[in-house]
Amino acid sequence: MQSRNVMSQSVTQPTDNPADTVDDLLVPVPDEDGAPFWEYAARGELRVQTCTECTAPRFPPRPCCPHCQSFDSHWRTTSGRGHIWSFVVPHPPLLPAYAAQAPYNAVVVELADAPRIRLVGNVVADADARLDSVDPARLRIGAPVRAVFHTPPGGVTVPRWVLERP
Amino acid sequence: MGATLKDATAIAGIGQTPFAKRLEESEKTLACRAILAALDDAGIAPAEVDAFASYTMEETDEVEIAKAIGAGDVTHFSKVGYGGGGSCATVAHLAAAVATGQAHVGVAWRSRKRGSGPRPWKNTQVQLPTPGQWTRPFGLLRPADEIGMLARRYMHEYGATRDHLFNVALACRNRANQNPAAMMYDRPLTREMYMTARWISEPLCLFDNCLETDGALACVVVSAERARDCRRRPVYVHSVAQGLPAQHHGMVNYWNDDPLSGPAWTAARQLWKNADLGPQDVDVAQIYDAFTPLIPLSLEGYGFCGRGEGAAFTEGGALETGGRLPLNTAGGGLSEAYVHGFNLITEGVKQLRGTSTAQVPGAATCLVTAGEGVPTSALLLRS
Repeated sequence: MQSRNVMSQSVTQPTDNPADTVDDLLVPVPDEDGAPFWEYAARGELRVQTCTECTAPRFPPRPCCPHCQSFDSHWRTTSGRGHIWSFVVPHPPLLPAYAAQAPYNAVVVELADAPRIRLVGNVVADADARLDSVDPARLRIGAPVRAVFHTPPGGVTVPRWVLERP
Repeated sequence: MGATLKDATAIAGIGQTPFAKRLEESEKTLACRAILAALDDAGIAPAEVDAFASYTMEETDEVEIAKAIGAGDVTHFSKVGYGGGGSCATVAHLAAAVATGQAHVGVAWRSRKRGSGPRPWKNTQVQLPTPGQWTRPFGLLRPADEIGMLARRYMHEYGATRDHLFNVALACRNRANQNPAAMMYDRPLTREMYMTARWISEPLCLFDNCLETDGALACVVVSAERARDCRRRPVYVHSVAQGLPAQHHGMVNYWNDDPLSGPAWTAARQLWKNADLGPQDVDVAQIYDAFTPLIPLSLEGYGFCGRGEGAAFTEGGALETGGRLPLNTAGGGLSEAYVHGFNLITEGVKQLRGTSTAQVPGAATCLVTAGEGVPTSALLLRS
């Protein structure tokens, strides 16, 4: 599948002001290369852009393959499983919606089936829980996690992560 | 072939305004004051200035500055991107222009009211180097969060501890305590203060973060020959480098094979390749310190120690006066002023003139670096 084909109308268009969202957290403002990621996320799928020519996955998405320079790519399904590569626990001063849930965690997750693909996200108790729903003391580098999908009312679906061994 | 920048140019003048949380004057006025002070320091008339270089984040531009200070016809002007990563590159671009005859008197400057002005990360519309769609919705909002992520991974991989980060903060604060111009001149730091400070983004606490400063600085770059006729002892630009590594992402360098080897490694290879000197010859270093973890990373990148040894390098007072590598001798961004690293350049010049408030005896070679974690730049200065 060419990446252009998944630029469907169902992608929620970003508002003019990214901070002006339903639950006040920032929504992703996709660029042309990144739009398919969010489209698949809205279907509950975690996919990564992959070169059709040489099969190398790449992230963040971009127009051509840095290995073979091919412009042909597709979006490969992943298992949605990974490990915590690192994490921070932000404290105020923060944007108001984030300060209201601070301290929370922000993690980088390394995908199990594409080890150099690392995604920033949040470890939460369940898909729709608050950003501070997991005690930061329970987080460890290397801890296995799996993707869940949070859709705020009227918002853009984002992948989040739950601990495999809570 | 054979063309080289090695010692072809020199920094002939430096200037600065006071540093404070709030200065009343505008960024443009502060810029003019710093530039005119630098020209006066060099003994060069403003009408002779024919080149300018600054940062893309600089809000004052060369048209307004040239008009205000009374510059002559300007034949070279350049701005470098990536925030604090551009500091040393401003001097490098001027050195290249002067050495190749594009211009004769270059001024580099940075004027910023980051102390009393807004925090850039609060404006979510601004196009920062961060690819926002992948990070900001998840609350990775500020530079401290982005670098904190690399810091925790670094601590995990190499056994670095908060005590190592404290060593960095303390060395900078101790030097600031000797420097009356530093914002933290009269504010000593103790280990207890550090260990009980409020968090900003765990594992980084308040004292792992640079200051928020209003202030401006400038320097004047001319040919080595011209510099020998100026008011001050020339400080030669021995080697320069910029660095944007393969597959690097500014600030959020999480998406390549080796996120913990950043732009410092790339800049360092170029810097040392074109130098007669190596890391072992450096008497004093001014290393970009927006956050304490950038120091161990940079110590590794610029070759003062091996991979993973940067934290251990800080032990035993290595960064203090009399240590293996005296660091940020005016206090740096952590404790003198945070003006995107330009004060590290001017302090390097002071060390090689012998006029630092924390003078390293006989200092003849100084490394100055720009921001690590973003596309960066570096200078090797010598007297």
